Amino acid sequence: MSEDFEIEIPPTFEHLAMVRSVLSSALEAEPVLKEERLQDLRLAVSEATTNAIEAHNRNGTQAAVGIRITVADTKVTVRVTDQGGGFDPSKLKKHPPVTDPERLEYERGLGVTLMRRLTDGCTITPTKNGTTVTLVVHR
Amino acid sequence: MIEPTFEVAEYGRWAVMRVTGEIDMATAPRLRQHVQTVTARNLAGLVLDLDRVDFIDSTGLGVMVGAAKRMRMIDGGFRIVCSQKHLNDLFRLTRLNEVFDLYESLEEALTSVEGVTVDGAGNPKEAST
Repeated sequence: MSEDFEIEIPPTFEHLAMVRSVLSSALEAEPVLKEERLQDLRLAVSEATTNAIEAHNRNGTQAAVGIRITVADTKVTVRVTDQGGGFDPSKLKKHPPVTDPERLEYERGLGVTLMRRLTDGCTITPTKNGTTVTLVVHR
Repeated sequence: MIEPTFEVAEYGRWAVMRVTGEIDMATAPRLRQHVQTVTARNLAGLVLDLDRVDFIDSTGLGVMVGAAKRMRMIDGGFRIVCSQKHLNDLFRLTRLNEVFDLYESLEEALTSVEGVTVDGAGNPKEAST
């Protein structure tokens, strides 16, 4: 059995905190994840939503960003869907290793790495108008 | 949203910035602005106290990378206070623990700083001359 929660937010960064809050509330009623894993998922979802909002801003679209949270007995799945024109994750700019002094030139570029490392599954799927990021954390 | 606060105290030529609240793409520009204002002064070092931060994302980590760079450019020290497990895990995951000087407490971070003493309650003050 699973339960779905779905929200749509305007593409502004001020709504990131609300997304994190809704995720926490959705998982509060019947805790599926331990606090530590919930924090991991909160951060991964926040990163995915940040990227989605940035894509909308780049594309000049005011369309809503969709977040769907599916809570099942053994896992939580969050899908973040944007209409920001899409991007190719394989073409993400590769930064120097973090210990390379040159790495200090780059203040951005950790978001996708964090999404991948903090979850048990992270897939980035191009859609007709944008991208869907699916994040999975197992119990 | 837990609105962030940025409290800056200076001890000699070192500054301590205590950050609270949530740092994400909406609030990171405020952190960046405060860091830039503080690092524009003639500092010997900056301590960023993150012990009361409730949330930080990659944008916030990026601001810290920028702060480390600015302090390195002026040969200044840059230290981070963080005893929260989740945040320390984040530093390890991104390997930023190899870039930043991390401390468990403000007292520890200021131990070797010339001209600063820390009282029993962990509050720093300028050493009397």
